[in-house]
Amino acid sequence: MTDVGRHPRIKLYSMSEVADVKGYVGNFEVKIIKKARYVDEKECTACGDCATVCPVVRPDEFNHGLSSRKAIYSPFPQAVPSAYVVNTSECLGHNPVVCAKCVEACDKGCINFHMSDKEITEKVGSIIVATGMEPYDPTEMDEYGYTRFENVLTSIEFERLINAGGPTRGNLIRPKDRKHPSSIGFIQCVGSRSARKGHSYCSNVCCMNTIKSTLVLKEHAPNIDLKVFYIDIRAFGKGFEDLYKRSRRLGVHYVRGLPGNVEELPDGSLKVAVENAATGELEFYVFDMLVLAVGVQPSRGTRRLQEMLGLQLNSDGFYLEAHPKLLPVDAATRGVFYAGCSEGPKDIKETVTQASAAAVRAIRLMHKGEILTEPITAEVVAEDCKFCGMCAEVCSYNAITVDKKKKTPAMVNTAACAGCGTCAAECPFDAISMNHFTDGQIVTQIDQMLELDSQEKILAFACNWCSYAGADYAGVSRLQYPPNVRLIRTMCSGRVDESFIWHGLNKGAPIVLVSGCHIGDCHYIDANRWTEKRVEKIRKKMEKWGIRPERLQLEWISAAEGMRFSKTMQQLEKMRREVTPKEISETIEILKEKLQ
Amino acid sequence: MESAKMQHHQPRIGVYVCHCGLNIAKTVNCNQVSQLAEKHDDVIVARDISYACSDPGQESIKNDITENKLDRIVVASCSPRLHEPTFRQMLLSAGLNPYLLEMANLREHCSWVHMHEPDAATAKAVDLTQMAIARVRQLQPLEPETLPLTKRTLVIGGGVAGIQASLDLADNGYDVVLVEKKPSIGGIMAQLDKTFPTMDCSI
Repeated sequence: MTDVGRHPRIKLYSMSEVADVKGYVGNFEVKIIKKARYVDEKECTACGDCATVCPVVRPDEFNHGLSSRKAIYSPFPQAVPSAYVVNTSECLGHNPVVCAKCVEACDKGCINFHMSDKEITEKVGSIIVATGMEPYDPTEMDEYGYTRFENVLTSIEFERLINAGGPTRGNLIRPKDRKHPSSIGFIQCVGSRSARKGHSYCSNVCCMNTIKSTLVLKEHAPNIDLKVFYIDIRAFGKGFEDLYKRSRRLGVHYVRGLPGNVEELPDGSLKVAVENAATGELEFYVFDMLVLAVGVQPSRGTRRLQEMLGLQLNSDGFYLEAHPKLLPVDAATRGVFYAGCSEGPKDIKETVTQASAAAVRAIRLMHKGEILTEPITAEVVAEDCKFCGMCAEVCSYNAITVDKKKKTPAMVNTAACAGCGTCAAECPFDAISMNHFTDGQIVTQIDQMLELDSQEKILAFACNWCSYAGADYAGVSRLQYPPNVRLIRTMCSGRVDESFIWHGLNKGAPIVLVSGCHIGDCHYIDANRWTEKRVEKIRKKMEKWGIRPERLQLEWISAAEGMRFSKTMQQLEKMRREVTPKEISETIEILKEKLQ
Repeated sequence: MESAKMQHHQPRIGVYVCHCGLNIAKTVNCNQVSQLAEKHDDVIVARDISYACSDPGQESIKNDITENKLDRIVVASCSPRLHEPTFRQMLLSAGLNPYLLEMANLREHCSWVHMHEPDAATAKAVDLTQMAIARVRQLQPLEPETLPLTKRTLVIGGGVAGIQASLDLADNGYDVVLVEKKPSIGGIMAQLDKTFPTMDCSI
């Protein structure tokens, strides 16, 4: 930590938040709001004279309220920057008549109540998102009595309690009567792996955190009675199983089953009722203290930053990586990388590993001092543009600008364009050409495919990142499916133009499939929402024109869903068999008239 | 506009149908696929080849490019998600624009998923290859643009992840802007007592 504070290449903004990010890979412009500290960061020597005279006493957040601090304080002894900070909402004010005792006490004159919040702009080439996690708040799990019983603590509060730098200087006492506990129970999976309260995922670190706590406790007090209530012990990391075994050898009692209820007895101890899964019996245990091994959840600012940077979240609310195996620290937005728990719950070792990986990925991007852009970008045919602004509206990357009032043709910022092709598909005037996936290039594939025996074939569009990869995965898994489908790859399902569908049907395709990433997983932020809308619109037209809308199918298939791909192909083949040559020729007749 | 650019001269296409050992050739009649491909307009060379991605495979394609003045290449082999970068590099080293390549996926999308229907698989392989030929004829050379870049990184969050990433970057000579919401860096890690598996202190 101190290395960061004194590194000449690291500019540290504490008490600061990112307010806005503009630009694109290689050239981001970041607006940062730095809150006023009211203490000169460079001058303050952290002598503490100011805090000594401060009359305001408040609970210390760092120790989770287990100790107190003043309104002017140092967050914790090893803090970086080491300067004190004033909480102005608690401070009595700098008017000498009211207080201002700290100003008088500070010989160096570091305290300045005239400081104000600052807005700073920084230019950067890459961004590492390391916004971390926060522990689950077990208030809603009332059965464990966290808010009702003083001797029920969360694992983080317990960490502070046994920490040599903590509120009791590492002297383990229970909060209610300051008695040394002779028995402690640990409840695992609080807020994790639960369908009812908290989160459904495993928080990854709580098992080992509890095992560590039992080892620390047994080291200090070999005779202390420790019990751990658990579903499974997940000790999968290197050396973890040994620690778990050591904990058991030291006499820690592991009970399979999570308690259903906790009661407080008159002396402040806690009675736990649990169905022991090993015996099937309802058992009762009494402890001096209870520790809830709380899970990990995404930190509060996650969603705001997600919107600001155009990132994606998984269903648990953590940031989604560009590829779970091959690009585990890259965001789908070029130039943005993830480190630590913001991407998913992980322990310190994994966090450090990922952070180093993210740093190297950023260096790999920046080391040449210039970047090559992928030339698969949209291009505006200026003479055909009617300034309607549709392209700018559908672009998830804000890469297109159109001035509707001045009637200037749309302009594509090729550096910001990610190449999904949604604009080209949505342009009502065909005034956007998508490089490497032009209308002509795709239509010729359709023509070639349907030249012979068209009634036998299924025309399928697949996006490069999900459904095409899902089809690859079906191949790798050797999942057999009917051989009638012919896939046309586009970068994104958003590229699939309405005209491609009509062209396919007009050429005699019995079934057309549009496939892409699941909603929320789109590689191009949310371009597939436009796919969804478009397919819906085309289906309505089909219905109106007397073409069975079921002949146009939309499927979301992820890169990992080989099975889903192969099942989809089987269903489509079933549908294809139901389409008669008569129906196909009728469709061609209808389209001949309608598409004129 | 598209067609105007294209009509400079008649394309000269080379088509390579890869056996991938037996991965493709066991199910698909690769020789038949290449023979049918050869009948297409603008296809100058069509061959089946045992491993297109191998060094000898790539060498033979490069020789064909030089000898026959090929300007567009179709490789009918595995998924482009696997070997498109390989073959683009090959085109580049043979002096062609890397975007004048098209791949037909005869392995993941054909031989591996229609193992018990060799005839239908071959028919599909023929289609996929011919679709690739039709497409490659229409492809246009593309050039990446070079943009300047700021050699600095913004790290958002000063917990253990942000600290490690910042130090790695800074020690490698890159400037870092580290933004932390709280008055001190350290995050949750700073609140922990001992940490597993080493049982040492967290700060």
